Amino acid sequence: MPETYDAIVVGAGHAGSEAALALARLGHRTLLLTLNLDNVALLPCNPSIGGSGKATLVREVDALGGEMGRNCDETLMQMRLLNTRRGPAVQSLRCQLDRKLYQRRMKYVLETTPGLFLKEGLVTDLIIENGAVQGMVLRGGLKVYAPAVVLATGTYLRSVVHIGELHFPSGPQGQHTAVELAEALKKWLPLVRFKTGTPPRINLRSVDSSRLEKLPGDPNLPGFSFETEGLTVEQVPCWVTYTTPETHRIIRENLHRTALYSGAIVGRGPRYCPSIETKIVEFPDRESHQIFIEPEGWQTNEGYLSGCSTSLPREVQEEMLRTIPGLENVEIMRPAYAIEYDCLDPLCLRPSLETMEIRGLFCAGQINGTSGYEEAAAQGIMAGINAARFLQGKKPVVIPRSQAYIGVLIDDLVTKGVTEPYRMMTARAEYRLSLRMDNADVRLTPLGYSLGLIKPERYAAFRAKQEMVAEEVERLNSTLVRGTAEVNEKLVELGTAPLKQGATLAELLRRPEITYEDLAHFNILPDLPRAVREQVEIQVKYQGYLNRQEAAIERFERMENKLIPDNLDYSRVKGLSKEAVDRLSAVRPISVGQASRVSGVTPADISVLLIFLEQERRRADV
Amino acid sequence: MGEDTIAAVATPLGEGGIGIVRLSGPDAISIAAQMFRGKGGRSLAAQPTYTVRYGRVVDPRTGRQLDEALALVMHAPHSYTAEDVVEIQCHGGVVVVREILNLALALGARLAEPGEFTKRAFLNGRLDLSQAEAVIDLIQSQTRLGMEVAVDQLEGSLSRRIKELRESLYDLAVRVEATLDFPEDDLPEVELTAVEQGLRSCQSQIEALLATADEGKILREGLKTVITGKPNVGKSSLLNALLDENRALVTDIPGTTRDTIEEVVNLRGVALRLVDTAGIRESSDLVERLGVERSLQLLREADLVLHVLDRSASLTPEDFQIMDMTKDSRRIILINKTDLPPAWDLKDLGAVAAPVLEISLVKDPGQVVAALSEAILRLLGAGAVPSSSGTRAFVTRARHKQALHEAQKALEESLRTLLSGLPLDLVAVDLYNALEALGEITGETARENVLDRIFAEFCIGK
Ligand SMILES: Nc1nc2c(ncn2[C@@H]2O[C@H](COP(=O)(O)OP(=O)(O)O)[C@@H](O)[C@H]2O)c(=O)[nH]1
Repeated sequence: MPETYDAIVVGAGHAGSEAALALARLGHRTLLLTLNLDNVALLPCNPSIGGSGKATLVREVDALGGEMGRNCDETLMQMRLLNTRRGPAVQSLRCQLDRKLYQRRMKYVLETTPGLFLKEGLVTDLIIENGAVQGMVLRGGLKVYAPAVVLATGTYLRSVVHIGELHFPSGPQGQHTAVELAEALKKWLPLVRFKTGTPPRINLRSVDSSRLEKLPGDPNLPGFSFETEGLTVEQVPCWVTYTTPETHRIIRENLHRTALYSGAIVGRGPRYCPSIETKIVEFPDRESHQIFIEPEGWQTNEGYLSGCSTSLPREVQEEMLRTIPGLENVEIMRPAYAIEYDCLDPLCLRPSLETMEIRGLFCAGQINGTSGYEEAAAQGIMAGINAARFLQGKKPVVIPRSQAYIGVLIDDLVTKGVTEPYRMMTARAEYRLSLRMDNADVRLTPLGYSLGLIKPERYAAFRAKQEMVAEEVERLNSTLVRGTAEVNEKLVELGTAPLKQGATLAELLRRPEITYEDLAHFNILPDLPRAVREQVEIQVKYQGYLNRQEAAIERFERMENKLIPDNLDYSRVKGLSKEAVDRLSAVRPISVGQASRVSGVTPADISVLLIFLEQERRRADV
Repeated sequence: MGEDTIAAVATPLGEGGIGIVRLSGPDAISIAAQMFRGKGGRSLAAQPTYTVRYGRVVDPRTGRQLDEALALVMHAPHSYTAEDVVEIQCHGGVVVVREILNLALALGARLAEPGEFTKRAFLNGRLDLSQAEAVIDLIQSQTRLGMEVAVDQLEGSLSRRIKELRESLYDLAVRVEATLDFPEDDLPEVELTAVEQGLRSCQSQIEALLATADEGKILREGLKTVITGKPNVGKSSLLNALLDENRALVTDIPGTTRDTIEEVVNLRGVALRLVDTAGIRESSDLVERLGVERSLQLLREADLVLHVLDRSASLTPEDFQIMDMTKDSRRIILINKTDLPPAWDLKDLGAVAAPVLEISLVKDPGQVVAALSEAILRLLGAGAVPSSSGTRAFVTRARHKQALHEAQKALEESLRTLLSGLPLDLVAVDLYNALEALGEITGETARENVLDRIFAEFCIGK
């Protein structure tokens, strides 16, 4: 009797975990395979989640019913709110995690989810028949079968680790590498080679933190998850220090020994996460670079040197670090390394994250050319959802760019492809002001609920919150404040102009100097939860801007809603330029909107395409 | 239907004298109603379908009357595009038609893309399937036409100038965005005063460009040009040289009237509408033929006078008479036949307030045309904006003008946000809008460029 499941997820990292959870929670028997059960939900780079753009992704995953947000809130050691003064669209939470706790909790969630089977196993080949995936072969020859597969193999495909002159095949942190699977995939799908790097891990007892700048967490912050009531954990600080001219000298003198500059590495690395040697070569004028010292957990003395990834030889790493204030006696526990790995050219994917080539085969996470835990989780949950839809014979869920960073992420991947590991940034989103961390639930929880990933109780709480917000906004819009001497005195005290006539509370709140809490001077405010007050304030304060963006989104979505049939033969579209035919045939956009974002496609091509689609529609009518 | 409202000049080819501005879309009637005052004060909004009304086009913002006009209203779906359509017909020349179009754009219409009326007609089911290919041809030919013109000298320098402007805007956006997107990266935080300064500087650059729009329009639509000079100096030769260079497409010059203009040439983007070419061919003297009064009138109406002299034959009182008659015109003096031994000296001309070109039409007519077009640009270029390369830029197309206007509006909005103390992410919204408006001209996408530049300029990454 062969082992059979509804779905198999390969890789139990951040993408694979979310994909498997979504599948199992939607009622599908799911096998989750990992190379090593002790490394589920590993954080091989920073012990940190969130930050600009990425925090919004975590919130979106949570709003859809994913696990990452809750897992952070339960295992974090520090939480900060970044960009507090620069506006609601770019505010972001960022947490430091206890690496082991994070893994342990996620593993436990996976183990206890009904219908989810977490098992160890190294995949060596895919079973594909008639262009559809059927299952896979494990090391030793065991075959497991399922009509839907999600590949979430991270940076493990044919990975090679580089430390100075030392190069050896390995996954991150001494893990296995998946060579056979890479070979198997190459038969079907286009692969590219990327690289990334991590900094050294040090023993924190060897750090003289008394001389360093301390970065404490911020008090009273909400969690990542909309379900988290408030964080209670005692927070630990990080520290910041800076490289010195001496550090730079040592790096420069040993450049020829780095794997990066000696020519040993061919893969493309990310520009936003350069190694310390790259920073010094490309920005020679900078006299120092910032290094963060981050703790890795409650029950370990290991520390992470954020900002200092390198491929220098081990002994040079130590010599170089010892020129940095506070690190004069540093003990390296694990050297920094660069890692090269194979990943897919994501242009071979549909917006559902299914491969065009192989039916039922979905891909998520770093295998798709992204970097970052948050980007991985976001793809993971979508791949899980769409694998489930596939099993149910339903249309895939594609979230538009105007609705979520998840939409921006996946659309960028499958429409434009990647030339370096892709990281989310707020500047990638056209409608940043509407895609905020604080309103991810408004944008996605109804979808999560309709899919079945959000439980009725949570949905009811969400609805109740929305009603409170609407009621309070309405109240602020309709409550007048008169310009009495008392009121005006207070206004002047708050640094804003006195009233000549009356104004509504909403009008007062729109003044930049006035916060929602300040309105208590003029009116008795109801006792509302923090998240409600936050929504009220943002909705009222930025109403004009939000309305304008809303109008722009409406125009944008018009083209997104003009769908293109999947099997369209572009060479039949008369008048389309040769380049447009080639590019569109490769990308296979699902809508005219997506087609317009394919490089090499001009507005005239889009007009021609629209006319063709209308011709087809009419021909079908008769 | 959910589409926006588009507008364009729709004067049929070859039909001189009448200009038509056409609007189509859900707001066509309401926009037209704001700018059209029907006789007896009745509004267009109440006008039945397929009826024409006589009235005046008035700018509602200033109360200024632009022209008398007829307005034809067609209600959806019984119009060419199956949308609400209004056509405003006026008698005024090119300039007035353009003003009416600009007014419609200012009131909320969008400038139609090449072939867009026909495209809408097709997409809305007004044209049958057999016409689809014709629609595609139309879109492509109009797009091609636009592109061909875009590489000429005039727009070459405009696009250089706009690129410079975009550079300044990018510079600003990159600094703002780096601050917003990389809060932990130890980057120099952008100073709000620097943002304000940057916004203001871009605004004044756009303003300077927009100020050239009128002159640019004349350049694009054709300078009414008179070639004058006594018999035998080389006027016909000049005319032939110009015609050989490039006979402009009539479609380039809307509203061309047949009776006065006989030839149109396009010198690398500078269009000349050559007047009285028959007279030149007869080689008779302008004054002799038309009389002093009519000659003077012709010269006065001209945008440009080209006065040809013969270097190889002595100057005569006739030459000086013409010199005197043209002294108030925008003129260029062409001293021809420099390949022959000179019969007079330059200073014999006395002090002349005009550019003087020494040429030989038999030796190198191509070079004459090049020198002439440059001299014309320089002559008109007093108000034009010099780019770093020293060439002068003009805004010549309605599409460019609209894009610049939009960018200007966005910058104003961005500045207002900044000055009212709102956070930087809101300032960024309109900064991007401005970049995107300019991208309409240069065809670039702002977002990716901003990111690329952040990585090139700042050391990002932990
Ligand atoms: N040598 C010489 N002859 C020229 C030049 N330009 C025109 N001609 C000649 O001068 C004569 C009169 O030229 P035309 O163009 O008919 O003069 P128009 O009477 O002013 O129109 C013709 O024989 C031309 O070939 C020139 O640059 N050099």
